[in-house]
Amino acid sequence: MREGVKGSVRRTDDALVRAGRALRLVLLIALAVLFLLPFYLLVRNGLAAEEDITSPEWTFFPSEVHWSNVRELFADPDVPMAHALLNSSLIAVATTLGTLLLASLAGYGLARIPYRHADAVLHAVLGTLLVPAAVTFVPSFVLVSSLGWVSSLRGLIVPTLFSAFACFVFRQYFLGFPRELEDAAQVDGLGPWRTYWLVVVPNSRPVFAAVGTIVFIGAWNSFLWPLVIGQDRDAWTVQVALSTFTTAQAVNLHELFVAAAVSVLPLLLVFLVLQRYIVAGVERSGIDD
Amino acid sequence: MAAHGAQRRRRQALWFWAFTGPFVLGLALFTYVPLAWSVWLSFFDAHNTVSPTDFTGLDNYREVLGDPAFRSALGTFVLFTAFIVPATYVLSLGLALAVGRLRVAQAFFRSVFFLPTACSYVVAALVWKLSIFNGVRFGLANTVLGWFGAEQVAWLSTTDPPWYWLVLVTVRLWLQAGFYMVLFLAGLQRIPAQLYEAAAVDGARPGWQTFRHITFPALRATSVAVVLLLIVNAFQAFDEFYNLLSDARGYPPYARPPLVYLYYTALGQGQNLGLGSAGAVVLALVIAVVSVVQVRWFGLGRREA
Repeated sequence: MREGVKGSVRRTDDALVRAGRALRLVLLIALAVLFLLPFYLLVRNGLAAEEDITSPEWTFFPSEVHWSNVRELFADPDVPMAHALLNSSLIAVATTLGTLLLASLAGYGLARIPYRHADAVLHAVLGTLLVPAAVTFVPSFVLVSSLGWVSSLRGLIVPTLFSAFACFVFRQYFLGFPRELEDAAQVDGLGPWRTYWLVVVPNSRPVFAAVGTIVFIGAWNSFLWPLVIGQDRDAWTVQVALSTFTTAQAVNLHELFVAAAVSVLPLLLVFLVLQRYIVAGVERSGIDD
Repeated sequence: MAAHGAQRRRRQALWFWAFTGPFVLGLALFTYVPLAWSVWLSFFDAHNTVSPTDFTGLDNYREVLGDPAFRSALGTFVLFTAFIVPATYVLSLGLALAVGRLRVAQAFFRSVFFLPTACSYVVAALVWKLSIFNGVRFGLANTVLGWFGAEQVAWLSTTDPPWYWLVLVTVRLWLQAGFYMVLFLAGLQRIPAQLYEAAAVDGARPGWQTFRHITFPALRATSVAVVLLLIVNAFQAFDEFYNLLSDARGYPPYARPPLVYLYYTALGQGQNLGLGSAGAVVLALVIAVVSVVQVRWFGLGRREA
């Protein structure tokens, strides 16, 4: 008798759990559709005719797909898209490589080379994290303009190469790097420099990939600094170019959207290929420890 | 022997600086020097020049703090923070809890929610401004409202009621929720399974009870970090405000956060770098105080007992 009651309780419990699980899945699917919708709108508007975008009655599919919009974008002399893409690529690649080199070396030195004042140096580095990068745009503009670097690639790249965050992530990672590998290298007669390049770097590829992807995405998407420094049209990045069009008066909407879609595409590719490294990097970065 | 040790220490110091020198030098040049220069400039009348001669003492500070526009910019930030921090916290934690327990398609959902992280504020603002929340003429949101027979809304240009806040908050929510979801997922993975087993033995029902007494307290460290990052990032809001609200005519006076204020002060028509520097110093101090108080209060870095 009692067994029976207990059994039916168990059964309603199971039914509840199953219903809860189904509800959760439905909610997640609805949210996933909402999260993907802006990406779809980007492509939809980019390949639509102007009338489809400005039609008072919005439709899910455009009346016609115009692949020619892409060609039109790059042929338009008023829109320096190809040049902006080139600038953004140069900046993002240079920033990523430079940051990886400088921050990983510094992170290794801080983690592994005994030095009396290492703690003071570490504190000076971490102290800059307290001063958010965006707040320093006025002071940094002052410095860069006094160097005469406004509207130059130098001005867009060099000041952004010294990321305390990247340095800290590398330091934390190298603290946990197996010492035996370095000891073995020293027994073989390698100095710190060659130990670093021949032993440490090749064995640390995932952390380089993680930090590199995060830095690349940040450099590609960064807006305030390129807006401040890239004042001439020739120094525009993709983000500045796009922003200039949204705030301008007359612009072809379909061209603007196809430009935006083109600007997101390279990043989505990088992102989809390296996503597991980013997630692992974020999880292991220790910022939530 | 002692001489040998001293020599060894010297060699190690050299190696230390060989590795960290270039980075530390650059950091000093591009963070500490600008900061010091900015503090110096903030005491001068520096219109359109980085080497002013006219010392004005605290005038710039008096002027920036007395400017109703600067105070309203700080107010805008506080309002924005009050919306965006709890909204992102709840959404990203909810997503992490829902995705973390999935047995199928977990990687798919995690990717979908994380994908917007790859999108820039400029592109997202463009989609929000010109496609979803366009004014009365066209746009997805108004079409959907039309299906239900509701009135059209001029999303970005009406201040009463302030619908533009919905646009501002949803852009950032979409862009950043996935990133914080990943932080929470990492936190969830570190909770020992034994805790849940023990709770089940004690008769705790899965769901709200387990969440309240086990999951939520165990996520304390992650929560503190997430809230700190959210607040600091909200203070830095610029991209979406600038791209959603400014147009060929300029920027509306409402909803102007501190960085937009500084941008127009220092680099706009007046190029008042002294005033802009004073504003930057004030803002940096406010952020530093908020961060330190928050960390002291909630104990960032303190391990769970």
